[in-house]
Amino acid sequence: MARAVSTQKKWAWTIFAWIVALLIFFPILWTILTAFKTEGEAIAFPPHIIPNWTLENFVEVQDRSDYLKHFFNSVVISVGSTLLCLLVAVPAAWSMAFSPTKRTRDILMWMLSTKMMPAVGVLVPIYLIFKSLNLLDNLFGLTLILALIDLPIVVWMLYTYFKEIPVDILEACRMDGAVLWKEIVYVLLPMAVPGIASTMLLNIILAWNEAFWTLNLTAAQAAPLTAFIASFSAPEGLFWAKLSAASTLAIAPILLLGWFSQRQLVRGLTFGAVK
Amino acid sequence: MATRNTSKLARALLAPSVAILFVWMIVPLVLTLWYSFQTYNLLNPINTGFAGWSNYYYFLTDPSFFQAFANTLILVLSVLAITVIGGTLLGLLLDQPIFGQGIVRILVISPFFVMPTVAALVWKNMMLDPNYGIFAWLTTRFGIAPIPWLQDFPLFSVIIIVAWEWLPFATLILLTALQSLDEEQKEAAGMDGANFIRLFWYIILPHLARAITVVILIETIFLLGVFAEILVTTSGGPGYASTNIAYLVYHQALLDYDVGGASAGGVVAVILANIVAIFLVRIVGKNLDA
Amino acid sequence: MGSIALENVTKSFGNHTVIPPINLSIDDGSFVVFVGPSGCGKSTLLRLIAGLEDTTSGVIRIDGEDMTDTIPAKRQLSMVFQSYALYPHMSVYNNIAFPLKMANVDKSIIDQKVRAAAQTLNLTDYLDRRPRQLSGGQRQRVAIGRAIVRQPKAFLFDEPLSNLDAALRVNMRLEISELHQQLKTTMIYVTHDQVEAMTMADKIVVLNAGKIEQYGTPMELYRSPANRFVAGFIGSPKMNFIDGAEAAKFGAHSIGIRPEHMAISTGQGNWQGRVQVAEHLGSDTFIHVSVDGLGLITVRTEGEEPVKPGDMVWLTPDPAHIYRFDKAGVALTTH
Repeated sequence: MARAVSTQKKWAWTIFAWIVALLIFFPILWTILTAFKTEGEAIAFPPHIIPNWTLENFVEVQDRSDYLKHFFNSVVISVGSTLLCLLVAVPAAWSMAFSPTKRTRDILMWMLSTKMMPAVGVLVPIYLIFKSLNLLDNLFGLTLILALIDLPIVVWMLYTYFKEIPVDILEACRMDGAVLWKEIVYVLLPMAVPGIASTMLLNIILAWNEAFWTLNLTAAQAAPLTAFIASFSAPEGLFWAKLSAASTLAIAPILLLGWFSQRQLVRGLTFGAVK
Repeated sequence: MATRNTSKLARALLAPSVAILFVWMIVPLVLTLWYSFQTYNLLNPINTGFAGWSNYYYFLTDPSFFQAFANTLILVLSVLAITVIGGTLLGLLLDQPIFGQGIVRILVISPFFVMPTVAALVWKNMMLDPNYGIFAWLTTRFGIAPIPWLQDFPLFSVIIIVAWEWLPFATLILLTALQSLDEEQKEAAGMDGANFIRLFWYIILPHLARAITVVILIETIFLLGVFAEILVTTSGGPGYASTNIAYLVYHQALLDYDVGGASAGGVVAVILANIVAIFLVRIVGKNLDA
Repeated sequence: MGSIALENVTKSFGNHTVIPPINLSIDDGSFVVFVGPSGCGKSTLLRLIAGLEDTTSGVIRIDGEDMTDTIPAKRQLSMVFQSYALYPHMSVYNNIAFPLKMANVDKSIIDQKVRAAAQTLNLTDYLDRRPRQLSGGQRQRVAIGRAIVRQPKAFLFDEPLSNLDAALRVNMRLEISELHQQLKTTMIYVTHDQVEAMTMADKIVVLNAGKIEQYGTPMELYRSPANRFVAGFIGSPKMNFIDGAEAAKFGAHSIGIRPEHMAISTGQGNWQGRVQVAEHLGSDTFIHVSVDGLGLITVRTEGEEPVKPGDMVWLTPDPAHIYRFDKAGVALTTH
């Protein structure tokens, strides 16, 4: 509201909002705190709030289960699928944003619809094909699949960013004597860099958190963090503190990235409908 | 603005993406279709042959299918309801003048960035566990016996977990839409004598309508395929109490190794998703700006 | 060096013909203005010459050479856009240098030419700034600088002054005219403002729905409009048109008299009417008079005219400046 709100009212809203926010954030907070507890503390009942601040869990997670390898796998598939996607998506988005045809809208909607196809619908053939090509439990195969499922989102997101580049600037550079490749290198790409960076950010987050293909197509070698954590679901002995440590490490990078990429998230996941 | 010179190039640039997506869509689907008409079980690889409609028959008449179908519906609709209503309320709350608004926002959107397997395990072990979980501790404080959530209310538990994950998404989208509402419109309404309820119903809600439809469309796409949360917490059980269509097909493919049956299930899942999609896209497509 | 010719050029978007066959010849070194109401196709015509749009048929010649299928980059024309279209990620210096960079000109020569252009346009102090740090007028000058630095065969201006405030517009008008006198290069200038057209042009092309209504010098258009459309478009305030019986007296379907050719008196005259609105500008007065049977007539007098709304006045048109039009709006040769 344009009228200045009374400080009292502001504090009332503030307290209410903070309570709600902390309630929502609580499970994450609890996990982070538990990561610093001893196992005994972790399962104490009634629960201990303040931990011992021990780092033993983080050490053990790496020692006993080679956490770093899975972290590395997550990084490879996230960044790899993003780069693969960009390779075909940037030209496609350029083409649709600057040389639209009557078909352009249809093609975009069709791309959106491919995202709606349920993964289970193709689980069987993909699994069998990968099996026969020796791509199961293989980082390259996984990267390929993730690139495919995120291609529609990446194209859409780049398309909306490209459309925001004023056409007359591109026309001006053509009048200034720039042939096509010069137009792209000297004018388009520099102006599109923020949009491309945002798209990359979003795709890295989505690929890191993907939890269907990463769970079904990998085993010990290529398992990224999603699968690694999932392997703790069988309750073979209680080691919640270690689980918390592993979880904290797994989610920390993306939490941080996510905090900085809220706007891009909105645009990317709504296919540009909400900006 | 496209001229003869640029349009040929444009088509060439677009071709790879379209071709790749096309192949990615068609080839596996065709294979799934083909397998669905075969008897093919990885545990019994010699016994293969044309199966006709029997895979579909067995899949669709199995009681697990009806349960999975119902569960899928309940899951999607419940999470949609919780996230849209909750998201609107949270959006309204975060739109108010509060101290530390930036941090509150960050806290509220965090669950969305937690990978599904971590979210599921955290809830399973630390929140819902009847012996050591937070909920158990809370209920004992009030003198009630702790509830084994995942055993007694498996689907409900999964809904809670998934709703927790997606609430931030809805909140963020709706908050963004709320903040794009023209301040002057609200002032004009105020001068016209509208109290908050009226303001909400006549001005805010219509403005949010587009964002809400987008949220529903996007969430439905992802909610139909909820998988990891079920795998990690209840494994679809007890029985099929928390199995959805996605998990059911997975079960048949990678646990029962019934390629034929799972393929039939996959085709059914695709058809169902398409029905939902056509329905949704028609309603929503008008609002989505290409 | 910079003559431009359009031979039977047409442009259609799908089934919609925006420009029916047009033939136009622009002399080297002349300042030609395309003017007309919104949607008349003037910008489209400019873009066809620039190469930013393809012709549907016809030939475009620059200096006699057929350039119809040549890409814009190779036509050696410069364009100043309505939105200026400056490169936001480059400094003013680099914006102006860009065309030379594209032409692979030697760095030291680029520096020379950029600084020369900056000097001409008073931009020397701003060379390191980014476009977003400049005012509208300054951005406009950078756009012009970018255009002149390359010495093109012709300059194309697409409503360059529309986004400026009134005072700045008048200044820039003068600057562009001076630039033309200095450079002596062909300039094609698109505007919807007939004042800009009249003050800047050597020749004016009046366009209406894609057709050329008239092509001539400003004075030709003012004194001898070819039809009712041109007569009503050129001149401000607009020419008064009278149909019906009064027009028949002069042997025409409709007649037109410019406000400045109408005498007003409180005593006697041809037509009697009542003053509706009087606009006093100090230097002129525009008086809008409602005359029975003729409608609202606008009169323009020099200096101050002491009339107020409600006054009864008499109007007399100057017989030497009555324009006659036939049923189709074509001008009938006067006397």
